[in-house]
Amino acid sequence: MPKLALRPSLRFLDTLAGPHGIDGYLEEIDPLLVTGECRAEVVAVERGTEESVTLSLRPNRVWQGFRAGQFVNVAVEIDGVRHQRCYSPACGEGGSEMEITVKRHPEGLVSNFLAERAAPGMVLGLSQAEGDFLLPQPRPESVLLIGGGSGITPLMAILRTLFAEGYERPLALLHYAPDPARAIYREELERLAAEHPNFKLIRSYTRAPGEGEVDGHFSPLHLPQSDPSFAAAETFACGPPALLDTVRGTWSNGLEHRLHVESFVPPSFVPVGNPGEGAVRFAGSGVEVPNSGASLLEQAEEAGVPAEYGCRMGICHTCTCRKVAGTHKNLITGEVSSAPDEEIQLCVSAALGDLTVEL
Amino acid sequence: MTTALPTASPPAPEVAKRPSTNPYSLTPEQFTSLGEELDAIRQRVLADRGERDADYIRGVIRAQRGLEVAGRGLLWAGVFPPAWLAGTAALSVSKILDNMEIGHNVMHGQYEWMNDPKLSGKQFEWDTACPADQWRHSHNYMHHTHTNVVGKDRDIGYGILRMSEEQEWNPYYLANPLWAALLASFFQYGVALHDLEVERIASGETSLAEKRELLRAIWEKVRRQTLKDYVVFPALSGPLFVFPLAGNVTANLVRNLWSFTIIFCGHFPEGTHEFSEEETENESRGEWYHRQLLGSANLSGGPLFHIMSGNLSFQIEHHLFPDLPANRYAEISVEVQEVCERYGLPYNVGPLGKQFGSVVRKICRLALPETEQRSRLGRSTGVLLDGLGGLGGATRKLGGLVKKVGAVKKVGRLALRS
Repeated sequence: MPKLALRPSLRFLDTLAGPHGIDGYLEEIDPLLVTGECRAEVVAVERGTEESVTLSLRPNRVWQGFRAGQFVNVAVEIDGVRHQRCYSPACGEGGSEMEITVKRHPEGLVSNFLAERAAPGMVLGLSQAEGDFLLPQPRPESVLLIGGGSGITPLMAILRTLFAEGYERPLALLHYAPDPARAIYREELERLAAEHPNFKLIRSYTRAPGEGEVDGHFSPLHLPQSDPSFAAAETFACGPPALLDTVRGTWSNGLEHRLHVESFVPPSFVPVGNPGEGAVRFAGSGVEVPNSGASLLEQAEEAGVPAEYGCRMGICHTCTCRKVAGTHKNLITGEVSSAPDEEIQLCVSAALGDLTVEL
Repeated sequence: MTTALPTASPPAPEVAKRPSTNPYSLTPEQFTSLGEELDAIRQRVLADRGERDADYIRGVIRAQRGLEVAGRGLLWAGVFPPAWLAGTAALSVSKILDNMEIGHNVMHGQYEWMNDPKLSGKQFEWDTACPADQWRHSHNYMHHTHTNVVGKDRDIGYGILRMSEEQEWNPYYLANPLWAALLASFFQYGVALHDLEVERIASGETSLAEKRELLRAIWEKVRRQTLKDYVVFPALSGPLFVFPLAGNVTANLVRNLWSFTIIFCGHFPEGTHEFSEEETENESRGEWYHRQLLGSANLSGGPLFHIMSGNLSFQIEHHLFPDLPANRYAEISVEVQEVCERYGLPYNVGPLGKQFGSVVRKICRLALPETEQRSRLGRSTGVLLDGLGGLGGATRKLGGLVKKVGAVKKVGRLALRS
């Protein structure tokens, strides 16, 4: 995380406060006072649909703002363990508060926790905004947005930003949801469509045929419904993998440059492979090897990736390394975990299927 | 890189080990089940870690930060004797908590499961002269993996003292008690220089040039610590600088003496065992646990004493499970004692006075060479032999009297050397 440049007076205090630094003391007064870590306080909670919760966050001074379409990593502590998830802010650019909408997944630890327990005053960890799912400058002649499920959130940020700027050129949204009750931001979208003649809203309720303007999952046949010719519009699509696959297929043959895609894969759905399957990727060294099923330390050594190690029996934590993604099994305890961004001991961890470590 | 690494291939074939001279040795089946029972305790705690442990360590950190701010503040006004005393006491406690219950335990990775970067074992830095990275190597790896293996565990004497009969005597060790007093007083620098392996540089096994990088890191850390404690904070008091300076010197000394005392009580009181390199080759998990059990000693006391000792008063539990949150050691200790009883293994525990007294006696005893001691010890050796032999026989299923006699003879030879 980029550290905010400290003023000389703060830097002097940081020396005095060594080795923990000034933040080690400031956060005991108020967790939002820290100067080197982005955090946000929940200021409002709205449970918009049965399946989603919308949080208004007020980030601390470290926050550098975001551009519509980008995402942030939100960290929340559940039973002592910090979990991180990506969410796209749904609010317009600028402003001191930020809005995220979290869709509940039946087995989603973080989404269920936030849906049930989020309350004003709660402090969450935050990363700076990332991602290149961005509106070009100057703004395009026409814009087409395609969203499914919680993929609507970055598109809301784009819509709200465009309207705030007074965008008057053709704009359309193809919105996919199971039924009207589960369509996130439905009311606001209807209101925007009524207020702005240049904005065309086309809904498909995949489990409630006849309720929307079109029916079923995304198909190129839905496109003529949108006013701007789809080939000419700058297109932004965000949603589940199946939706994005069909969209990519449609925007082939020379149209790819107009298509921007952002995919959402909830971590609880990471496929779990077998010990000898998939590939192990050492992200820091740019090396990828077929997963042999041996401990990750042994695989790193065989691949010539320099790895620190000590006891080789899981006690000294010298080989501890951050797992970026994938499922690993602890060879001593037998514990299996698919959590992303997790510290693991390479000497006693084996990959189940594809796995990436920061080594 | 790869060529120098130890093999990632299957473990070396089972080599017939020489019969253990350890009177508490177990049968192979017992070693296996001991390993399984201790693994089960570990597993249960791993699965139960949660908010309670997170709240605990954060509470200790909060207390330490509060004490440090209070201590520095009071010492700023240290010209008033009550403020000086209170400030020095607060800062001493703060440094002890920072080094022991927080630093030592966090750097073991005890709270890594929390995924909080500030409690990550690899990133934590502590308020002492030793750079955290070097500590992680010399302590987490070298000491905890090779605990009490003479020649491998450099905590046996820190390369300065003679703490084992297996270390060959030379006249330098006549001053063993003096070296110990110096090490205790300047313990933070002793720890800082630990990874430098001064004695291996002296013997020519390695050179100062090879250790340049380590030295640079030590110098960098010592410089920052010295600047903070002995220059900047005293300077803030202007002409009255001598009061905070004296307070900071005292707090560092108190922390040094306390941590030395606790740490030396962990492995050197009477009754702790040492092991040879041959003995520990191809060690199984059960044998590794067995060595940790026999090589460590606990201190009895109340909850505050345990916190102030960084829970190293539960040295046995800490050595069995170095990466379990230390606040769990007290509850685990009940189960560990029960396991020890069933396997006929000693569980070395005593109050601080008794354990430290026995460490001091050992430091003094080992100042003298064995030849002088031998005549004095001669009379008591017979008694010692009987005792050890009897215990060994009770816990081992050695077939045949001949083997038993052989083993007792070996114990005897070891004892005679002392």
